[in-house]
Amino acid sequence: MADSSPSVGRVWTPPPLIANATLRWIILIGTVVYLIAAFGTLDFNWQRIAQGWERGQRFLGGFTPPDFVTRGEAILEGVLESLWMAFAASVVGIILSIPIGVCGARNLVPQPIYMVCRSIMAVSRTLPEILVAILFVKLFGFGTFAGFMTLMFATVGYFGKLLAEDIEAANQAPLEAMRAAGASWLQRLNYAVQPLVMPRAIGIAIYRMDMNFRESAVIGIVGAGGIGATLNTAFDRYEFPTAAAILILIILIVLGSEYLSTFCRRLVR
Amino acid sequence: MSVASVNGKREWQRYDGKQGLLRWVLWLIGAAVFVWCWQKISAGTEWSFVLDAPEQGADILGRMVPPEWSYARVLLRPLWDTLNMATLGTMIAVVLAVPLAFLAAQNTTPSAEFARPFALFCIVASRSINSLIWALVLVMILGPGVLAGTVAIALRSVGFIGKLLYEAIEETDHRPLDAIASTGASSGQIISYGVVPQIMPVFAGIAVFRWDINIRESTILGLVGAGGIGLQLNSSIGNLDWSRVSVILLAIFATVIVSEWVSASIRKAVT
Amino acid sequence: MAVWRLHLLKFMPSLHLEKLTKRYERTGYDALKSISFTVEPGQIIALIGPSGAGKSTLIRCINRLVEPTSGKVQWGDVDLVSLNSGQLRRARRKIGMIFQEFALVDRLSVMENVLSGRLGYVNFWQSLTRRFPQKDIDEAFRLLDRVGLSEFVDKRADKLSGGQRQRVGIARALMQDPDLLLVDEPTASLDPKTSRQIMRLIGELCRERKLTAIINIHDVPLAKMFAERIIGLKDGAVVFDGPPDQLAGEVLTRIYGEEDWEEAGQRALMKFVQVGDGVPVIDNDRMAGLR
Repeated sequence: MADSSPSVGRVWTPPPLIANATLRWIILIGTVVYLIAAFGTLDFNWQRIAQGWERGQRFLGGFTPPDFVTRGEAILEGVLESLWMAFAASVVGIILSIPIGVCGARNLVPQPIYMVCRSIMAVSRTLPEILVAILFVKLFGFGTFAGFMTLMFATVGYFGKLLAEDIEAANQAPLEAMRAAGASWLQRLNYAVQPLVMPRAIGIAIYRMDMNFRESAVIGIVGAGGIGATLNTAFDRYEFPTAAAILILIILIVLGSEYLSTFCRRLVR
Repeated sequence: MSVASVNGKREWQRYDGKQGLLRWVLWLIGAAVFVWCWQKISAGTEWSFVLDAPEQGADILGRMVPPEWSYARVLLRPLWDTLNMATLGTMIAVVLAVPLAFLAAQNTTPSAEFARPFALFCIVASRSINSLIWALVLVMILGPGVLAGTVAIALRSVGFIGKLLYEAIEETDHRPLDAIASTGASSGQIISYGVVPQIMPVFAGIAVFRWDINIRESTILGLVGAGGIGLQLNSSIGNLDWSRVSVILLAIFATVIVSEWVSASIRKAVT
Repeated sequence: MAVWRLHLLKFMPSLHLEKLTKRYERTGYDALKSISFTVEPGQIIALIGPSGAGKSTLIRCINRLVEPTSGKVQWGDVDLVSLNSGQLRRARRKIGMIFQEFALVDRLSVMENVLSGRLGYVNFWQSLTRRFPQKDIDEAFRLLDRVGLSEFVDKRADKLSGGQRQRVGIARALMQDPDLLLVDEPTASLDPKTSRQIMRLIGELCRERKLTAIINIHDVPLAKMFAERIIGLKDGAVVFDGPPDQLAGEVLTRIYGEEDWEEAGQRALMKFVQVGDGVPVIDNDRMAGLR
């Protein structure tokens, strides 16, 4: 068996990420052009930056040390507001999500109901939460109720959609068996769908509550209650140590809530 | 055991005594906390305002329709700004997040005492602060405009991408890594030959996912002055110019839907 | 109405399928072509045929898990096809079904799965709180003893082996106190030894309770062993209806085609092969004894 092809001197290069050469070049050139154009729009106003730098340093200075005391009452109130707003919104939101999510599952309900519920969830998920907050502040006035409604609406979209998808993806066989045995729709839901979907659903619910805590800190900026409003005021007044204190608190709350959330989810598994 | 023998008859219940009691108590506590929260919210609410809301809502809705289509032309530049903020912000975040992730992952960090806690701290701080808050801070430092928005997006995304990335790195299959290490490769080589190929698809998915979320977030940063379509939104709402608001909302809606579709297609193509 | 009267009458109704047809409009595919046969009370029928013959569709048309396009499913003096959803639910209570992939709710315990057979008989609140009547619980224990799963009462269904899961499925079906048992490929997911055990169990239970049963099964030897009447289905039509001993090589060829059955049948087939144009062709008329 003579080896006719020489194995010395053969060149090998790793295969390129995108096989089609033309496509590769188009993407490459397109990206470069885009980057140049995009960077061009960034307005580097060096004067302003120089001024702001000084302010920025003062801001960073506010962290050493942060001031929890001067505005302590306002801060405490703000934090508590965020917490109970988020908790109540999560509870109500999840309770509402259940019928909407269930009716968004194609294998459980007829087409028209399915379309309506899916649209509700889609609207809820597409609109940024802050916008919803602004809207609700306009409708319901400043304060925690608007925040509660905002978070509740967001929860319905998020949790409802995941619930609907879980129900559709679950094993359909026990559902068929219950139908064959003559169980009613509600019984089928409770016996064949709920046990399959529940563990993951609880995990998602806890995660969403965690997200709500996070969001509750922010929507206050537009007036929907909670610590966001306190932060906004602190910034407006250039009270950096206070602002720093609030930021640290926010980080701690978010961390704590996430830790709790992971812990609870592990418990449920 | 949910099965009990009572007088020779076998009985069954779903949760035995102790479990049943515990569940009942937990429900009670949950309900009590909820009622307390609700009272607090109620106390701070002007109920007359709330009941007024449907009327107000109908009024606003009435003014929103028909949308002021001619205004749409004005929105093109801000939309472009919004897109850039999201894209550039994500890119910068990716550049920063990748080294941070490698520093934070247990199996690739060079030093468990200093580098890892530092990286973790950066990631956590970045994640916990919403991009709007970052924007607040940055507008103060850098002045209003697209730059502040871009940096805000970048700073927020570093944490998001960093966390998912370091978790992915920690979950890589160690067997190919062991195999490469056994050939005498340096740690840098192990990473580039063993870790990187494993996390590439996940990483692409994460980056695109975050880009999609960033588009949504960029649309509102203008509310605090950080450029993009949020500026128009802020001024329109301030002027109670509802027909313009509806055009802006539609534009935001359309942008988000398109970006979601793009993101979903890319993620499907990559996995 | 007529359906609930069935409970008062102590004799079992007979099942009569008349011109049962199932056509899928979108593809124009006829899954069942005007099937008609009668099942006497207490008979155990095996339904055999190649995949795609319509066995599963037929079984599911009987309890309307699949809606028939036309035809009648006469059970006693009631046509199941004509029932509205409420009446159908009540009728389904008396029809037990056993599934190929067991169709248990994995995260629930064995006891809960068995009790789910009574869902049609209890109201929603009872089933939600799992407070079934004591007589149901007694019956559940009895059935679990009978199928040999007494020690698994509180075990999660997904922690059982395939054979054990199928027994739970059997217990669940019998909890309904049915008059008719529909069995869809009970052994397809089981190993040969367990398959025989399960078929034996089903056979015994049917005879104990004098149940009418239609068993969809692809394993021909098992079918011959445990059924008293075999119906062969091919391309949506009945091609054989008779006792198991009549099910010999030629007939199997008619049902299954040249592949898919035991060697003995294959050898018998050779007698009827002609080579025409260089391609072996089965002389069907000769096989059917017409030549």
